[in-house]
Parts: sequence; C-alpha cells; structure tokens
Amino acid sequence: MFVRLVYESFRRQKRRKLLAGAAIALGVTVATAMIGVATDIGDKINRELRTIGANLVVTPQEDTLDVEIGGVNLKPPSDGAFLNEADLPKIKGTFWHNNITGFAPMLPVNVTLERDGKTEDLALLGTYFAKQISFGKEEFKTGVRTTHPWWRVSGAWPDDSSRDVLLGERLAASLSAKVGDSLMLSGQEFRVSGILSTGGNEDVEVVAPIAVAQEILGKPGAVRRVYVSAITKPEDAFARRDPKSMSGAVYDRWYCSPYPQSIAFQLQEAIPNSHAEQIRQVAQNEGAVLTRIEGLIFLVTLAALFASALAVSAAMATAIFERRAEVGLMKALGAGRFTVASVFFAEASILALMGGLVGFGAGAMLAREIGRSIFSSQITIAPVVFPVILVIAVIVTFAGSAAAIRRAVGLDPVYALRGGL
Amino acid sequence: MFVRMLLRAAVLRRGRAAAALLAMVVAAAVATAMLNLYVDVQAKLRREFRNYGANVILVGKDGASLPAGALSRAESVVAGRGVVAPFALVVARTNDGHPVVVAGTDFERVRQLDRWWSVSHWPAEPKQALVGVRAVSLLAPKNQSFDLSFQGHTIHLTPTGTVQTGSAEDSRIYLSLADFVSWTGVQPTTVEVAATGTPEEISSIMRQLQQAIPAAEVRPVRQIMEGEARVLGKTRATLLAATALIILTAALCVLSTLMGWVFDRRRDFAIMKALGASDRLLNGFFAAEAAALGGTGALIGFVLGIGIAVWIGRVNFHAPVVPRFSVLPFVLAGSIVVTLLSAILPISLLRRVQPAIILKGE
Repeated sequence: MFVRLVYESFRRQKRRKLLAGAAIALGVTVATAMIGVATDIGDKINRELRTIGANLVVTPQEDTLDVEIGGVNLKPPSDGAFLNEADLPKIKGTFWHNNITGFAPMLPVNVTLERDGKTEDLALLGTYFAKQISFGKEEFKTGVRTTHPWWRVSGAWPDDSSRDVLLGERLAASLSAKVGDSLMLSGQEFRVSGILSTGGNEDVEVVAPIAVAQEILGKPGAVRRVYVSAITKPEDAFARRDPKSMSGAVYDRWYCSPYPQSIAFQLQEAIPNSHAEQIRQVAQNEGAVLTRIEGLIFLVTLAALFASALAVSAAMATAIFERRAEVGLMKALGAGRFTVASVFFAEASILALMGGLVGFGAGAMLAREIGRSIFSSQITIAPVVFPVILVIAVIVTFAGSAAAIRRAVGLDPVYALRGGL
Repeated sequence: MFVRMLLRAAVLRRGRAAAALLAMVVAAAVATAMLNLYVDVQAKLRREFRNYGANVILVGKDGASLPAGALSRAESVVAGRGVVAPFALVVARTNDGHPVVVAGTDFERVRQLDRWWSVSHWPAEPKQALVGVRAVSLLAPKNQSFDLSFQGHTIHLTPTGTVQTGSAEDSRIYLSLADFVSWTGVQPTTVEVAATGTPEEISSIMRQLQQAIPAAEVRPVRQIMEGEARVLGKTRATLLAATALIILTAALCVLSTLMGWVFDRRRDFAIMKALGASDRLLNGFFAAEAAALGGTGALIGFVLGIGIAVWIGRVNFHAPVVPRFSVLPFVLAGSIVVTLLSAILPISLLRRVQPAIILKGE
C-alpha cells in the first residue's frame, strides 16, 4: 500500500515531480561544480604561479661566493664547485616528483667574441631548452621553456643537442646580428637560431645548450646551479621546523608534505653534494597569493552550497504545499501523522537520489567545462565526492521539506479538503 | 483601494509573503556580495602581488650610474602609487683579497619593497652592514667587524644581521646608501619600483618615469607582470563563473517560491475577476505586488550582501571590501525582473481559466 502510494504519486504527477527533481538536480549541479572547482583551484593557480619562475634552486654545497653584477660574472668561471649533470634526472626520483613541473640547469661561462678583427668579452649561459630526459621508465621534457615561460624567442629555439645559440635582444641589437648569422665565440663558430627577449640579464648574453658551455669551460657534465619549479603547499609554522629535531612520525608527516622546505630537503638528498633552497621571492609570496585565492573560492563555494540548498528547499516546500488536499484525504481515511509524513519523506528521498544522480553528472561536466575554458586543463571530480553529494542532497531535501510536511500533516482534514487554509 | 489591496494581501498571508520575501532577500544578498567581490577582488589580489617586489626597474643606460636626483624624481612620479628603492653595486675586496659584491641601499625602503627578505636584524646605525648568509662564513663567521676595500678606500663595518633570500642577495653585503656613496663615490645604478595599479596605470607610470629621467632605461619585470596578469585573469574568470551559477540558483529559488505563492492565491484572483476586475487591473495588481516585493527584498538584501562582502574581505584579505553602490541598480533591476517574471508566468496561465472553475476548487 505504502509503495503503491508513492509509486502512483510519481506516475500521476509526472510534471510536478519533474519540476521538483529538476530543482534538486540544478542545486546539486551547482554544488558539485563548485566543490570540484574549490578542491582543484589551489593546484590550478599554483600551476599559473609557476609562470613567475622556479621556486627552488640547487647549488653545490661547497661553493664560493657569486660575484655577479648586472649579468657580468666576475668570478673566475672555473672557480668554485659544480654539480654533476648526470645526477639531475634523479630529481624525478624524489618523493614529490609529480609536483615538480620542471627544472633547468645553468652554467654561465665567459667567452670572447671575435668579430671584424676585434674581440669582445661576453657572458654565455648554458642550459636546457626542452631536453628529453629519462629516469627509469619515465620520459619527460624539461628546460627553460617550462621553468622560465616568460622567455620569448623570435626565430627558433635551438635543439638541446645542436650547436645553435640564442642571442639576447639587446646584445643582438648592439651587434646588429640577425637570426641565421654565424658568430665566432672562443674560436668556434655557432649559428644564431633565434633572438631571446627576457627583460632580464639574459638580454645581453648568449644562451646555448649546456653541452656547448661545458665544452668551452672544459668541464664535461658541470652544472653551476639548477632551478626547480615545484608545486608546493603554502608554508606554515610546521614547515619551518628543523627536520633534524623531529621525531619519527612528525618527521614523516613533514617529509610527506609538499612544503618548499621538504621538497628542497629531498632534492638535497637526491643530488650528491648539493644545497637546495627556496627562492624566497617566489616561494614566500605564492603561499600568500594561494591562501587568499583558495580562501576566497572556499567562501564562494559555501555561498553556492547555501544558495542551492535554499533553491532545493523552496522547490520542495512549494511542491508539498500544493498537495494539502491529498493530505486531507489521507487523514480523513484514517492515516496517522507518521504514515503521511513517511510517504512524503519517501518521495523526497527518491527525488533527492534521482536529482542528485543527474545533478552530479551535470556538475562534473560543468566543472570540466569550467576547467577547460578557464585553465585549459581538466578538473576531475574525485569519486569520493559522489556519496557525499548524495547524502547532502538527501539531507537538504529533507530539511527543505520538513517544515512544509509538518504544516501539511498538522492541517485539519476538513479545511484541507475544503481548500481553505 | 489599490494600495489597500496590496497592503492587506501582504499582511493577511504573512507566512507565505514572508517566505517569498526571505527568498528574495537571500538571493539579493548573495548576488550583491558576489558582485562586490568580483569588482573588488582584482584590487585585493594586486596588493598581494606587490609583495613580489619590483615590477619596474630603472637602470642607467649601458651600465652607467643613474643621474643624481634620479631617486627623488622617480619618487615624485610614483607619488604614493608604490614603493621605490635605490641600489648601488660594486665589487670590493676583503682583507685577504676575496672579491665580494657590496650593495648600498635604503633599508627602510627595502623593508617595504622586498618583504620576502629574511633578515635576522636590520642595521640602524651608520657603518653597520647586513651580510648575506653565504658571505657570512667568509667575512664575519664570529659576527666580528670587518674591513672592505674599493679602489684604495677602506671602510670598517659592523655586521648586525644576516639576509637570506635564496638568490643573489645571499652572496652580498648591504650597507646604507650614505655610507656606500661616501666610501666608493658610486651613485645608485638601479632604482626598483613596485608600482601598484592596473596594467594601464603601470605603463603610464613607466612612461612618466622615462620622461622624468631620460638618461635611464625603464624596464618592466616581465615574469612578475605576466604571472600577475595570468593569475588575476584566471581567478576573476573562476569567480565570474561562480557568480553566474550562484545568481542563477538564487533567481530560480525566488522564481519557484514566488510562483507557488501566486498560484496559491488563485482564489483571490478568481474573486477579483468575478467581481469585475479587468485583466489590466489584475496584471497591474500582481505586477505591483511583485515589484514591491522585489524592491524591498533587493534593498534589504543589498545591505546584507554588503555586510557579507565586507566580512569576506576581512576574513580572507584582512582588509574590508569597499561597498560598491554602483552594484545596487543592477541588483534592484535584476530582483524586480525576476519577481515580475515569477508573478506574470502563473497569472498568464490562470487568466485562461474561468473564475468559476478556480472557485469550485478544481
């Protein structure tokens, strides 16, 4: 009897049920999409913040002081210690390797440019552009094109295995050199494949594949420093603690959190005789920006959840209010308050489940669309969210119906049937 | 008569009217808060981005020093729209002949410009120096005072603390510009400017700087400008999508509540019609009622929404969001449109039905 009541109610009032279901589905869609966006926004903005540059730097442990002003290096190029290029792929073997979006080694050397019988001292920077590297079975591309996305090249980026070089734009202007020209640098000829514009010191330098710089320096495999771009978690008081003073479980928690400090610590472990540090200008500020944006989207998500809960309640209240006469009839036939209420709650939960199902699907699609159009990468919603959303949908639908059901149940059947209040 | 009908309708069915008004208030409040945030978030985030330090750099052409007075001229151009800090750099030698980069600057300004510098203790007296963490072991491992020489002139400095940044600053020694100039005779070579404002405002500041100091080269710090533009753009787009979704949901909530309310009053409608009210009067009555509800709801909601926006600003950005009264007409118009729509839809359905049928209760 109970089942038939509910079943018939759905069969005979298709339009009304459809309206209420649609309201629930819409509310759930908005809620799902906003939850999806809110859980992923940190990661997405973090990736955008990587356009500001690397946030970690690895240098040799026992290095002499840098003596560099405005891109001119006054330290003898062979002075000091070096990292070994062969150790670099190990960066991808650290615990947080998935958070490392890229790295670029740097080796500055001094060269002499011979031109029209005159010589001129220049700085040459050896680096990776987009080098293919493999670690274990993993293949990946890394270099300045990922870590320094504001570098612009007119012409072509050199191949990392070639002997082509890039010329800084101000240097190119002073030499009146063009793409395709040849340059005699330290007695060897190099082809200029492109003109580089960075807005920084590189504008007056020659940038070449790292093998070229190593050859000029006469130290194969030498790397002066490595810039690492990593997706990190904003630093907090726990992050700043000294790992040496931590006990086992606390240490594990610190080690397994993607703080700039713990990623730097792991880089230091991975690369022998190295010292890794956060670049405070980048690392410190992105934490602040990220916290603000995440906080903002979190509060906005709360507002969205509130609005959709309200919409669902409003739709349910209206739907139940319209059926006073039915309640009156049921009560006149001897149904108790409990029976009447359970019929409505059963209907509400069926509506909530169906609306939740449809809404979750639509919300996941909406989140994906938002991710694609704003961040040009997908936002996927964790399957864990699904049961949570369904439970929330049922609770909100119940809460929204409760007041209306209580009023409907409390009605005197005589008035309800007569159609008054 | 018309006004009395309106008033009595609201008073007699307090419950339903209050529910409809509540829905309207909440929708208007959420919409106001979101629109306010959307307008203000850019300014708020720009302020956060200024913590990244300089976005414009002035350097002497071809590595020369900047002309005297460059700092004060840059300062007068920027005039409250940002922070300006001078830097002068030379390579000096330590007592045992090691080369080291020494920089002269204005510590008060650097503290505002480069907030990420981790400094143990800032120098306050003349002849005090800030030593980069990597230079400490070379110069003052026991925090003792040391000598530096540049072109035959020697200066005796007392370290007050260390600076750590993770980049070039770690290998340098910083002293006050006055000490630096009297020691080396070298004027500032770089002026760093952290200009606040929209990209247009910053390029106008750059043009003015170039005009004020023609001997300098004015360059943007591209990675900061580009990163800022990208992050701001994406955040605003996300917020816009969220705002659209929330306003849509809130509008639908109002629509369904109000439609229920109007449907519920089909008896009033039928009685009025049976008593000879014209269609125009009926439409006018329900429209006026809806508009009054929308207007009242929007006004209350606006005040509430401003409160929410200010609260979010305080909690999240530690600075209140400035109330934007320019948002009010949009919220007001939007509310009235939604309420009118939700009144007219059921009315046009009811109009086709004979009053007798409604009154009979079918």
